[in-house]
Amino acid sequence: MTRGTLAGSLLFLLAVAAGPLLPDWVVSLATIAFANALVVLGLIVLWRVGLVSFGQALYYCVGAYMVALMARWVGLTDAFALVLLGGIGAGAVAFLVGFLIARYREIFFAMLSLALSMILYGVLVKTESLGSTDGFTVSQPTFLGYAPHQEQLGLALYWLTLGIGAVAALAIGAYFRSVAGAMAAPIRDNEIRVEFLGVSVTRLIHAKVMIAGVLGGLGGALAALTVGHVDPNMAYWTTSGSFVFVTILAGAGSVAAAFVGSLLFEVVRSFAVDLMPQLWQMTLGSVLLLTILFLPDGLGSLVTRFATREKAKAP
Amino acid sequence: MTMPANSERPILEVRDLEKTFGSLVAAHDISVSVPVQQTVGVIGANGAGKTTFINMITGHLTPSKGTILFEGEDITGMPSREITRLGISRSFQVAQVFPSLTVFDNMCVAAAIARSKGGLLDTVMTSLHSPAAVAEADATIDLFQIARYRDTRANTLPQGVRKLLDIGMAVVGWPRLLLLDEPTSGISIEEKFDLMNVVMSALKTRKITVLFVEHDMEIVARFADRVLAFYDGTIIADGTAHETLDNPQVQELITGVHVKPGAGAAHA
Amino acid sequence: MLTAFAILTDGLVYAAYLFIVAIGLTLIFGVMKILNVTHGSFYAFGAYGAATAVGIYAESGLPAAVGFLFMVGLAMAIGLVLGIVLERGLLRLVYGRDEVVVVLVTYAAFLILEDVIVLIWGPRSYGAWQPMVAAGSIDIGDLTLSNYDIILVLIAAGLAALSYWALRFTRYGRLLTAVIFDRETAAAFGVNVTMIYTATFLIGAMLGTLGGAVMAPKISVTLGIGVEVIVLAFAVVAIGGMGSVEGALIGALIVGICRAAAVHLVPQIELFVIYGVMALVLVVRPHGLFVRAQPRKI
Repeated sequence: MTRGTLAGSLLFLLAVAAGPLLPDWVVSLATIAFANALVVLGLIVLWRVGLVSFGQALYYCVGAYMVALMARWVGLTDAFALVLLGGIGAGAVAFLVGFLIARYREIFFAMLSLALSMILYGVLVKTESLGSTDGFTVSQPTFLGYAPHQEQLGLALYWLTLGIGAVAALAIGAYFRSVAGAMAAPIRDNEIRVEFLGVSVTRLIHAKVMIAGVLGGLGGALAALTVGHVDPNMAYWTTSGSFVFVTILAGAGSVAAAFVGSLLFEVVRSFAVDLMPQLWQMTLGSVLLLTILFLPDGLGSLVTRFATREKAKAP
Repeated sequence: MTMPANSERPILEVRDLEKTFGSLVAAHDISVSVPVQQTVGVIGANGAGKTTFINMITGHLTPSKGTILFEGEDITGMPSREITRLGISRSFQVAQVFPSLTVFDNMCVAAAIARSKGGLLDTVMTSLHSPAAVAEADATIDLFQIARYRDTRANTLPQGVRKLLDIGMAVVGWPRLLLLDEPTSGISIEEKFDLMNVVMSALKTRKITVLFVEHDMEIVARFADRVLAFYDGTIIADGTAHETLDNPQVQELITGVHVKPGAGAAHA
Repeated sequence: MLTAFAILTDGLVYAAYLFIVAIGLTLIFGVMKILNVTHGSFYAFGAYGAATAVGIYAESGLPAAVGFLFMVGLAMAIGLVLGIVLERGLLRLVYGRDEVVVVLVTYAAFLILEDVIVLIWGPRSYGAWQPMVAAGSIDIGDLTLSNYDIILVLIAAGLAALSYWALRFTRYGRLLTAVIFDRETAAAFGVNVTMIYTATFLIGAMLGTLGGAVMAPKISVTLGIGVEVIVLAFAVVAIGGMGSVEGALIGALIVGICRAAAVHLVPQIELFVIYGVMALVLVVRPHGLFVRAQPRKI
């Protein structure tokens, strides 16, 4: 087990244990943060291969609406099943989108992903049966038959999100160490050489689009359950923008970055909205700007720098 | 005496190969049979059809006519990825490496891909630094004598080392046929022979059959068992280095000089 | 028949709006390779500035045409100032960095400017409808057309003609075209690329604010108008090809007519028809309709 995984596991256990001790609003904030972290993790997978998706909100929204609709139309309330369906639904969409988008790079990839997410937005806004601009409320979920009361629901969702987050973190960490994951830098450096070595770069990228899609859907599903409401805004480009924002803040260097960065972002955003309700966008924008200018590899790079310094000191 | 009699099946057999782009005939009437472990030099002016020929063998161009047999199997028109998997590899005129990775990691990537048998699932299941990949990478790095650059980032390498890395990456997966595209291009005159010595001894150690495209006739004369001369899309001479380079038509159309085979040791 | 005519006129007006908004963006992208998210801010500032101008003006009792010119003038002045501040203050710091990084810098600037608007103008909505009302309307058969809409179309056409002429027949325009085509070679030939960059950004900024100003009389000037405009402008630019003014024109026309058709015939798809067209174009011609793919440089 690597040092990173060890540290991560400890923090995970800490977070789980701290749940009942923290005030409700902190638990709620953390849950949203970790749900969003899943989306960011997907962005990191793509970022490493040089692709920035400005349309992850597509999968986020699909995941969220899957949850809302399954609950409303089919009467499904089990949280595990709903989140799973959210992930699968988004994954299916990503599978289809992948055929289209895996051939594109750089700014064109970004724009096409943006266009696709805005298409969903347009469809949702104009479709009455899907709630139009108001969206839906999401009924309270059950957990394998058990229906927690209001106070316990927050905690239950928190633990569910942590659990899914942990599984995702381990899986993606392993992925980064595999050949498929390690090829991200080579593809970014010299795609043609990778092809000449015998790998289909398009298929690899298609796979990464799908991974990011599934993660986005899981995040959206969890967000839907936590917030209790879905609406077309979840597909709007500003939602995609905020996920990209977090990725910059956190840096694409590690799995942990997604979670730490997401948490930080939620904290900053909450404080900004609370303290300066008229100026929270300016605060966010300034933070983003400062990060880009002075910490181009994100906050995660601080951690890496710290870690490598420690390694250098060791005998 | 043109070629040593060989009872073994030729590793590469090309029959009546032709490639046209619209009305432009880039290559025509190409027929060659290459025995195992031969070192073949390919010469000819730019546009004479050498690169078209190479690209058809590696699968990057589909021939308009003709067949290509590799170890007896018909590979005509097969996608390049499959052809790489079958054991044909190539290096590049401009060394194509991964600049942000170290030499070691460059080699590991190549080794790991070669080991993973290409399926997408396999690439997820195999680890980049698996012991097997690392062993292959280190072995190839030593084979090409670039071990002192092992942990250097590829974008800081001197040109000659980049070339060796490029060729090494093509070789780490133990191909049986290697196509070298102008291996000494961009290398200073003093270093050319040293480079080719390293490369050729490495390839001989691995028993790899080599086709190399070259413009430097001294290199060709020194290192090739056999030389194919291309002109205007087809092969105009095919024989030992001695025979081809002394061929009057070759001298008139391509080389223009008398180059004595084996005289390549004369360098400053 | 009436519907067809309505679609045509609506389409043309919407196309005019899109073109005015997109031309600045495509120029900046073509020359500087920057997908400028702050373009939305330029638009918003232009609209708010226009509202202020109209407010000042309405009291003074001078003729509406002069008021219109004042509105436009103020907007372009705002654009100039904003452009200078952004280009010299911010973009200069990130030139040469990855394209996507620069986009994100402009995104950050956009967020900041959104709140600067609140600081200056507060959260309330403004109206600037006086010029539109003053222009009146004409009746063509059963259809009533606002004269202001006609003015918009004329402005767009004028801009198109002006940029065509400028790019082809003025020295600056030809330098611009060279830089759009191949920055490195242009620089190698002694073109002062830095100056071209600055000048282009300023022109793009002024066009952006101009867009906001001329649209202000037709909309409710409120928070968030920049947000929607950005994606629309991007879509038009992507369709036409980035850096291509003809592309922006054709893209605007295609989207304008499609959207008008949708509104009249299939209202459910109105909102996303533009992105559908954009996706379609990107699939068939990833570089847009009027831009050829650049060969890979080794």
